[in-house]
Amino acid sequence: MVSAKPTLTGEIDAKPSQGKTSVLKALRNNKVAYVSFWFLVLIHIAVFLGPVVWRVNPEELQAAGSLAGWSLQHPFGTDDLSRDVFARMLHGGRVTLIVGLAAMLFSLLIGTVVGACAGFFGKVVESILMRITEAMMAIPTFFFILVALTVLGTSPTMVIVVIALAGWMEIARVVYGETLKWKEYEFVEAANASGATPFRILTKYIIPQIVPSIIVAGTLTIAAAILTESAISYLGLGIQAPTATWGNMLQNSQQYIWTAPVLGILPGVAITIVVLAYNFLGDGLRDALDPKFVKK
Amino acid sequence: MNPESKSHPTEQAEPLVKIENLKKYFPIKGGGYFTGSKKIVKAVDNVTFEIYRGETLGLVGESGCGKSTLGRNILRLQEPTDGRVFFKEENILAYKGHEMRKLRKQMQIIYQDPFSSLNPRFTVGEIIGEMYDIHGIAKGAEKEKKIKEMIELVGLDPSRYHNYPHEFSGGQRQRIGIARALALNPEFVVADEPVSALDVSVQSQILNLLMKLKEELGLTMLFIAHGLNVVRHISDRVGVMYLGKIVELSETDNIFDNPAHPYTAALLSTVPEADPRLKKERIVLKGEVPSPANPPSGCHFRTRCPLATERCAIEEPPLLEVRDKHFAACHYPLEKGQTLKQAISSKEQSQESVTI
Ligand SMILES: Nc1ncnc2c1ncn2[C@@H]1O[C@H](COP(=O)(O)OP(=O)(O)O)[C@@H](O)[C@H]1O
Ligand code: SF4
Ligand SMILES: [Mg+2]
Repeated sequence: MVSAKPTLTGEIDAKPSQGKTSVLKALRNNKVAYVSFWFLVLIHIAVFLGPVVWRVNPEELQAAGSLAGWSLQHPFGTDDLSRDVFARMLHGGRVTLIVGLAAMLFSLLIGTVVGACAGFFGKVVESILMRITEAMMAIPTFFFILVALTVLGTSPTMVIVVIALAGWMEIARVVYGETLKWKEYEFVEAANASGATPFRILTKYIIPQIVPSIIVAGTLTIAAAILTESAISYLGLGIQAPTATWGNMLQNSQQYIWTAPVLGILPGVAITIVVLAYNFLGDGLRDALDPKFVKK
Repeated sequence: MNPESKSHPTEQAEPLVKIENLKKYFPIKGGGYFTGSKKIVKAVDNVTFEIYRGETLGLVGESGCGKSTLGRNILRLQEPTDGRVFFKEENILAYKGHEMRKLRKQMQIIYQDPFSSLNPRFTVGEIIGEMYDIHGIAKGAEKEKKIKEMIELVGLDPSRYHNYPHEFSGGQRQRIGIARALALNPEFVVADEPVSALDVSVQSQILNLLMKLKEELGLTMLFIAHGLNVVRHISDRVGVMYLGKIVELSETDNIFDNPAHPYTAALLSTVPEADPRLKKERIVLKGEVPSPANPPSGCHFRTRCPLATERCAIEEPPLLEVRDKHFAACHYPLEKGQTLKQAISSKEQSQESVTI
């Protein structure tokens, strides 16, 4: 007869002592994910601290003129409006990454609340929340984003909100499944037997167990959000000029694809490798945080 | 509490917990999707009994017979399908959420599995401290002092306050579980097979600890076990469960010396006797325990009972007082002093006389 209650294996037991350093250590087994992690650290440092060092204003016209080649003053040259491309890459990257991070955080919030409540409370709450989730998944994401941005406008906040609203469902499903699993453990029932409120049980007993899965989902969500932001910018519905993003820089470069290909290659390559790196990191973390892969 | 009132709890017979017609049915997915036949498991099926203040009531039965489900539903950790549970004369199944949470200070549970019943991300201090936090009973240094007292009370070193459960052995974890359950000085504790998952060498240590704490703290305890030998020394009374029902209930000595239900008698015949000179005849029950999703008609035990007759297939035996304070659910209970072997042979004789 199968026991109705799952039992904690020794492997999961090994987890609490496993701090951040050992996650990195586990990540080291996956070379691609490990390289991706340090690459992303570098990119974030460059994009967030770079403008402090490289003080050229990304929106200011430069004396070198338009579409100038590379030089010491302008390592990546200038664009069609005589602006410094290096400064624009740094500032644009900052906006793109902030949009990705903020949309991810907002998606995580919605997805975690929806998934955890549906899994924990069950019954009506579960049916309503999971039906909404399924309905949202059924709507073509890109169509939803285009309509929402057309209606709501394209301020950075709206872009973040709309990308987040389009991207929380997968997280909700992951958190929902995990909540269903963890709420069957006896230590959760023991908390109930002790008189803990549902809110306390969810936040202190269940969600902390799901954090690894949430981190993995969050990493993959950043990648998707950056890609989405670039795609809508490319269609001219993203964050508007003169604010630079990698997406609108790419869009802007189209006309100069033969005369100044570097204008398109730079943001295009940046988007591609950052998105890939986040995906590799997410996959690597999935293995590193999975207790089955933790070496005893 | 004065010692006299504890030493003879059943004589004064003041119930702390009363269970009336308690049922817990689980729907299970059975049959095809289109036939839509919804099956149910009657894990606890119309159970009525009382637990007296200050006693230890042992509850035994084979795995899957519904002991844990009964314990959980008495504490309202699951919502019973039907019935009533009285704690101090109040039907707690009618309590609202916040009333129930407040009452939980007074009733606790100790689990079988010392691995899954402790939060792997909490230290010992946090696990026990939660009890004080939830009910707002102690804070800061006072809380820490109380937690350390509890750790010491269950025989662990208070210096391990900051250790995680996985840093302890199975027996030590079970002590942590006991400390957690007893931290708020509850009146009633359900101990659900607290030693079954432990090494034989530590089982008796944990049993002795429970007996000691039960006396010191004046607890009332429902002690669940799957073997009769475990409950003998710890229980004042013993209840025997079979397929969701209590089939026999009496004082421990009555159960062990003069069982009335054929199932209890058969179980006892397999318990090794402390004195090897007292040879007894083992009666091996035929067949498997039937599935609780599809129990036999009439008496649930009839498919394995050596005394079963046609009547047993038709009529369900109610739990009746067959002797003084000795309850059994059987149409043909054993007489006082009668062994199951004797009952079987007298049944065969009477059948022969019928055929002649
Ligand atoms: N949550 C549940 N859902 C469905 N069936 C259950 C559930 N819990 C227990 N059962 C079933 O109820 C019966 C009694 O289980 P349980 O109370 O755990 O027995 P015991 O503790 O005596 O071993 C078993 O057949 C079991 O499969
Ligand atoms: S009622 Fe019949 S089948 Fe059931 S235990 Fe008694 S004799 Fe056996
Ligand atoms: Mg059980």
